[in-house]
Amino acid sequence: MSVTAADSAARPGAATLPGRYRAVDLMRSEWTKLRTVRSTTWTLGMTVLVGLAASGLATGVTRAHWAAMTASDKASFHPVEVSLMGAYLGGTLLLGILGILVVSAEYATGTIRATLSAAPRRPMVLAAKVLVFGAVTLVVAELAAFASFFLGQALLTAPAPHATLSSPGALRAVAGSGLFLCVVGLLALGISVLVRHTAGAISSYVGVILILPIIVSALPGSLQYQIERLLPLEIGSAIINNPAPDAFGPWTGLLILCGYTTVILALGAVFLVRRDA
Amino acid sequence: MIEAHHLTKRYGDKVAVDDLSFAVRPGIVTGFLGPNGSGKSTTMRMIMGLDHPTGGRATVNGQHYHDLAWPLREVGALLEATAIHPGRSARAHLRMLAEANRIPLHRADELLDLVGLASVAGQRAGKFSLGMSQRLGIAAALLGDPGTLIFDEPVNGLDPDGIRWVRNLLKGLAAEGRTVFVSSHLMSEMALTADEVVVIGRGRFLAHQPVAEMTAKSTASFVRVRSPQLERLRAALDKQGARTALADGALIVRGRDTEAIGDLAASLPVTLHELAAESASLEEAFMELTEESIEYHGTLQEPASGARR
Repeated sequence: MSVTAADSAARPGAATLPGRYRAVDLMRSEWTKLRTVRSTTWTLGMTVLVGLAASGLATGVTRAHWAAMTASDKASFHPVEVSLMGAYLGGTLLLGILGILVVSAEYATGTIRATLSAAPRRPMVLAAKVLVFGAVTLVVAELAAFASFFLGQALLTAPAPHATLSSPGALRAVAGSGLFLCVVGLLALGISVLVRHTAGAISSYVGVILILPIIVSALPGSLQYQIERLLPLEIGSAIINNPAPDAFGPWTGLLILCGYTTVILALGAVFLVRRDA
Repeated sequence: MIEAHHLTKRYGDKVAVDDLSFAVRPGIVTGFLGPNGSGKSTTMRMIMGLDHPTGGRATVNGQHYHDLAWPLREVGALLEATAIHPGRSARAHLRMLAEANRIPLHRADELLDLVGLASVAGQRAGKFSLGMSQRLGIAAALLGDPGTLIFDEPVNGLDPDGIRWVRNLLKGLAAEGRTVFVSSHLMSEMALTADEVVVIGRGRFLAHQPVAEMTAKSTASFVRVRSPQLERLRAALDKQGARTALADGALIVRGRDTEAIGDLAASLPVTLHELAAESASLEEAFMELTEESIEYHGTLQEPASGARR
């Protein structure tokens, strides 16, 4: 039989290898999975492109109309926020979708059964996914944020004001929006573990991110502000320097968001273990 | 060695697998037979630790699948051929599995070569035919060179050459001392491939026996007798409790073998013109075993084709 002929002397049977599969093996596997499908390249590339395009457009148009702008418009103009808006909103959507696909595509294609056959300790599989996806999105989100910031500031020539990284709050806004995107992408991944279907997970995610604020805005004033500041997008806005009056500070907001993501991922781990694959 | 101990799976009120116990030995090909919806796939998924049993347990080499140190190096499985991301290449699919269990990456290319997919290793699996996906699934199962192999309908979608290839592969793997457990609805295929069969119906254990024994025990096995003194022989056989019937001028005897009938004829004495054993096909034996337990009769409305078990 030719199955083992190539290396029957060094047959990779269980007996020859001490120890047990570990998280680092699964992370290697998850990294291969992530980089060998087109949706990854596509969504990551689009995150950077959308960020750059939106930043270029918004700052370019502002610069062109600067002379015609009213004094109050000029006073409320925030160069950091304008340059980050595209990366922030586009990334929330695109990285969220990628986070969903990383899990739901396994269920849609049946790959999840191959994954769990190779590694039946399911929480470890989820941890490997979270670490690899989190690291990749963090790098790309920071790249998108910094690139958008620099492009936007470069286009804001005098007399329009522009920011540098040393401007007050600028570095925090740029680096913080990258962190926000990473955490919100992981939130989407967690929702996908719970929902398991691409369409259902995307609906749930978009519901939390975009529809919930609309519902909350219909509530009576005082109640509305109390709830609004707990919403992911409101937390993100506070990070890129557009805080609503009652908003949490950027780091407090980010911590609250991390809390949501942790709860959803922990619930996901419990469901992943309990349910049939 | 695969063992099921009182394995049970319930979905609400519906019992998919009902108190199933059996052991699959190494060194032979063990077939897993049952009508559609009888619980074969569910049983295999429970062995693989993918579905949780409601009761009982399944072990591989005495261990729960969950506790295996290097699962792919101990158990290789082909559960669904199409369970591959259509956007990922064949090589990438094998590579990500290899990495999870620290299997040398050159195994991926060796196996693509073995299953005849080397020329399309870099192509997206979504472009593969069912037969090619099946071959990729088999390559994935063999990746860790495991001692135990579980195949759910491995010849589905293969052409005659492919079927022969799988048949020889399974026999070869068993001959190397591995445990080979293979489900199929093709009885003729099992007759050629399997040494033993485990038969279930409606999730219940029906039989576990060598293929040869299964066909011999069947009532579809009979002895045909021709004789000028047929009525005398028939009366004697009836008196002994054998079941007899006349067909085309010959006597059809069930429940007695050729030796017993020959001896009886000699003692009477009755002249015999023909004494021939007709053995049932595995298919007939199987139909007989599962007749009462077939869940969806052909006369009833077919279950929706997209419905999953």
